[in-house]
Amino acid sequence: MANNENAKTSSAGFLKNLVRNQCFIPVAALLLLAVFNLIADPAFFKITLGYNSAGNPVLSGFIIDIINNGSELAILAIGMTLVTAASGGQDISVGAAIAIAGSVILRVLCGGNARPETLQAPIIVAFLVACVVAMLFGAFNGVLVAYFKIQPMIATLILYTAGRSIAAWINNNELPVISDPKFAYFGGFIPGIPIPTPCFIAIACMLLIGIVLKVTNLRLYTQAVGINQSSSKLNGLNPEMIKVMTFVILGLCVAVAGLIKVSRVSSINYSVIAKDIEMDAILAVALGGNALSGGKFNMAASIIGAFVIQCLTTTLYKFGVSSTALPAYKAVVVILLVVVSAPTVREYFDKITKKMKLSKEVA
Amino acid sequence: MEGNVVLKMRNIHKIFPGVHALQGVDFTLRKGEIHALMGENGAGKSTLIKVLTGVYGKEDGDIFLDGKEGAVAIHSPQDAQNMGISTVYQEITLCPNLTVAENMFIARTKGAVQNWKKMNTDTDRILESLQIPARASQQLGTCSLAVQQMIAIARAVDMECKVLILDEPTSSLDEQEVEKLFKLMRDLRAKGVGIIFVTHFLEQVYEVCDRITVMRDGKLVGEYEIENLPRVQLVSKMLGKEVDDLSDIKGEVKTFDAGKNAVPVLEAEGLVSNAGIKPFDFHINKGEVNGFTGLLGSGRSECVRAIFGADRVTGGKVKMGGRDVKIAKPLDAMKNGIAYLPEDRKVDGIVGDLSVRDNIILAQQVLKGFFKPFSKAEANKVADEYIKLLNIKTASKDTPIKSLSGGNQQKVILARWLFTHPEYLILDEPTRGIDVGTKVDIQKLVLKLASEGMSVTFISSELDEMLRTCSRLIVMRDRKAVGELTGDDLNQGTVMNTIAGGDK
Amino acid sequence: MKKKMAVLLTGAMVMATLAGCGGGEAAPAAETTAPAAEEAPAEEEAPAAEEEAPAAEEEAPAEEAEAPAASGELITVGIINNDPSESGYRTANDADLKAAFTEENGYSASFAYGNPAVGNANEDQVKAAQQFIQDGVDYLLLSAADTAGWDTVLQDAQAAGVEVILFDRTIDADESLYAASIVSDMDKEGETAVEWLAGQGLETYNIIHLQGQMGSAAQQGRTKALDEKVAAEANWNMVEQQTASWNAENAQQIVQSVISSGKEFNVIYAENDDMAKGAVAALDAANISHGVGKDVIVMGFDCNKWALEELLAGNWNYDGQCNPFQSSYIDDVIKTLESGGTPAEKVIIMEEKGFDAETITQEDVDTYGI
Repeated sequence: MANNENAKTSSAGFLKNLVRNQCFIPVAALLLLAVFNLIADPAFFKITLGYNSAGNPVLSGFIIDIINNGSELAILAIGMTLVTAASGGQDISVGAAIAIAGSVILRVLCGGNARPETLQAPIIVAFLVACVVAMLFGAFNGVLVAYFKIQPMIATLILYTAGRSIAAWINNNELPVISDPKFAYFGGFIPGIPIPTPCFIAIACMLLIGIVLKVTNLRLYTQAVGINQSSSKLNGLNPEMIKVMTFVILGLCVAVAGLIKVSRVSSINYSVIAKDIEMDAILAVALGGNALSGGKFNMAASIIGAFVIQCLTTTLYKFGVSSTALPAYKAVVVILLVVVSAPTVREYFDKITKKMKLSKEVA
Repeated sequence: MEGNVVLKMRNIHKIFPGVHALQGVDFTLRKGEIHALMGENGAGKSTLIKVLTGVYGKEDGDIFLDGKEGAVAIHSPQDAQNMGISTVYQEITLCPNLTVAENMFIARTKGAVQNWKKMNTDTDRILESLQIPARASQQLGTCSLAVQQMIAIARAVDMECKVLILDEPTSSLDEQEVEKLFKLMRDLRAKGVGIIFVTHFLEQVYEVCDRITVMRDGKLVGEYEIENLPRVQLVSKMLGKEVDDLSDIKGEVKTFDAGKNAVPVLEAEGLVSNAGIKPFDFHINKGEVNGFTGLLGSGRSECVRAIFGADRVTGGKVKMGGRDVKIAKPLDAMKNGIAYLPEDRKVDGIVGDLSVRDNIILAQQVLKGFFKPFSKAEANKVADEYIKLLNIKTASKDTPIKSLSGGNQQKVILARWLFTHPEYLILDEPTRGIDVGTKVDIQKLVLKLASEGMSVTFISSELDEMLRTCSRLIVMRDRKAVGELTGDDLNQGTVMNTIAGGDK
Repeated sequence: MKKKMAVLLTGAMVMATLAGCGGGEAAPAAETTAPAAEEAPAEEEAPAAEEEAPAAEEEAPAEEAEAPAASGELITVGIINNDPSESGYRTANDADLKAAFTEENGYSASFAYGNPAVGNANEDQVKAAQQFIQDGVDYLLLSAADTAGWDTVLQDAQAAGVEVILFDRTIDADESLYAASIVSDMDKEGETAVEWLAGQGLETYNIIHLQGQMGSAAQQGRTKALDEKVAAEANWNMVEQQTASWNAENAQQIVQSVISSGKEFNVIYAENDDMAKGAVAALDAANISHGVGKDVIVMGFDCNKWALEELLAGNWNYDGQCNPFQSSYIDDVIKTLESGGTPAEKVIIMEEKGFDAETITQEDVDTYGI
């Protein structure tokens, strides 16, 4: 009897720990979507190996689509998580910044000519230039937030409004098209490798941030600054610098995402590229159970959150839900999330569970 | 209600969970007087004010107002205002982007219609009658702080108040501004307003007040005519020590035998920061424990913050071990072997959501550098070591520090700084708000560290603690270092005399 | 904070996000663009506008001094357009106007742009129009951001003797208030394309239809003809009809999704070139051949130069034009009015072509590519 009781409590404790784990909500959401798709159409999980028009092997299937198309979002979620943690706010200019980064890449590759026969510069150079530009814009946001103490959303509103114009201006309002197939590798497939390149890029970014979090104090510093700025300062940290740093890292993420985006179509459309992606990135952070008011964060949970969003998008596409309706579905998710995590609701549930326990004991 | 009394509070009790904040406090305010409400931290001044203004309810007791039959019930700040009790807080609570007139009349009009012209002329009339140098149409933010403060008072007075509460109105004003404010207060006194003046500036009390009520530990100590209460008496009443009793407990006093071998660890000359302290000189020797003392707000914290570079240092020279050093920010101080346990544990000390372990390693980790994090194993080892050393009571080292008790939080912060192995440790109110056992632990630890050669500056509101641990006291008054006491002078009487300054 | 965020997120998502237009007719909305440096847009604040006015006055005499009576009196035109970076169409449109209304051609032109990113596009345009009327321009050329809200301004213009010519977009106002309206007929664009498709004589038509921003004139016109045809013909099937909001990437994802679910299709009807491009990227990845004589017919709109090049290379099959070159039509109208006549028709519909990959020439690409 006593043993039985013990087992019960320990399993309950395990469950409790599981539920408490920050990855629980995004993983649960992912599983929920998976189960839904499994029931609706098991073909959702089918992956086939075929050949593309260039005769190279490629994998296809919904799962591949999710991983492929979710790459940019996962990369952005990394930067957004750090910005959120350190500044307690979000950068809403990432979509516009991607337009800028993409535009810079094309500008460097085209050298001012909208339809060059050959690339005017190595792709790596174009990418590095874009990195620098995106990081500068990130630093601009960061300085506004850290030194001028402007609320992150308001500070980044500036770039949010101006970014796409800047992007268009970089290419003189022209819409360059790159015909070199090599450029399409980053958003498509590398000959001989059947897995979409964006997956590799995303994995590389995840590994990189994993290593950075391991070999540096990025996590400790950003969390400390996000939780208690004044205390961090008295411990020798420079909260302003750290905030700027997170924005610069987000800038780097933006450059990578921008490369993938423009590579996918070998071109750019300033007004629609990466449209509303900032909202998805913020949503990914929130889905990961990270407090949008800053402080502690769980990077893995944010990244899983990004794939949940992509999974939702792909599922809705599959069922032919109009893409204009997508934001409405995401809104429902946000509402559920926020309601579930609201303190009043939590208290209410705590009360109910306590009551249930009490009545059980009485019985 | 008898004669000229405008406010009478009788037997007020207020209980917060775990704290009996007001224990049968009486308070009487007369017409046309400026009445200082004095007391150290936790004495219950602000609780009493908040009960009076309806911010808090009270458990027991009565409040009587002039012109009202029987005890009045004040349930909200609005009630208080309607009954003629107005409050002007330390932080100006007006809207800087509105005009003076708008601020004067904000939230006071009944109904939606506002006669703007009348509002402006009324405002100008009031400003003129109180001789406040501002115009009705001026934007409030363009006025000086003192004028803003005066406008806040004018607003309060204009609401036909009988009782005006000024809660630390002078703390952000310079001397001339304070003078202007005092003139206004005297004018109001002449008009028959009863003013409750809460401040921690002794000089100001003696300059402007008629009567003093002293509180300590939630209890009323007494009400005194200003001329019957010399400063030193006031200080002793606030601190709860009778001057006569105390002058001869020298036996406890520690003396630091500096001798000829004294090695100065830190020497500061003319140090001054932007926190409003006057330039001060300071030095500490190896193995010495000294302290800054003075009433709350006297500038003792600001001094050590200047040493640590926590506030912006605006002048002065600092030498460590005979070398000139530049300490512009906390990291500079840390690199020079200085550690600083801040006064406000919650705001400046703990990083609430982080674990006990992370809180312990934080400072040393910052010193070690961005690219050299402690491994998990190292961090755990350190955490375990200090949890054991300081006997920190925590569920585990992964527990967020915010869920620990105050005393244990303080020990974690102490552990954080000990782990940096400082040459010079500054402890600002390390014993505030923590249990007696921990207090004693911390004092013992300070002495032990000093005996091992660490230099310690110890600040506490409790004079006993200071006298028990320090061999030299620097006395602060009104943001100035006014004395330095060693040896035989280290007794409560002398210390309080020095704190009080002026007469006697 | 969390709650605030949620409200923001929800709001932003629920708000139908209207995109820039491939065909130029989308109601501009949450687009993010600031004015290009050279031409200041309509100023939001009155003082700023006042500053602008004297500057404009200064310019005018200077011009007259430079080229006095050489080409006679310059015709002053105030051109109110939408933000050039909105789309390739708009860029081409703006460039065309700038090239046409020059001093060499006898015009003195001032430009103003409504930009949804920096304010209310329509309101700013209205303000700019009022400014132009005050400055006493001879002609007001207008491509309005919104169809409503123009009556008063146009009445003012009429009172001041300023002739108004609408281009690209119509407005809800009485015909008497403007001299002419030069527009594309989106319905006709759709009909031409569907007619061409029917002419391909496929046994069955399994169509993926990628729509533009829902509700925009271009989307409605280009969708209508196809919808009617699919409803009417038994062998025309709609495999997927989905809006990709003019966005290449969305289109790519939609087509990928159709491919992954294994549905058969042989036509991609994309309502702009970007979406066609996205669709083709998805086809390439799945090794589905497309273009002339291949498995899937690819159709696009707008005649971007790069799109026409795809046609020339045989990778796509059809591209429908949405003519951004209104300047010659406007010029004609002005010339007619100047000589005292009236335009034959109030509403002038521009000639718009559909290009077939089998017949397109390099010359077409150079002439019609935007």
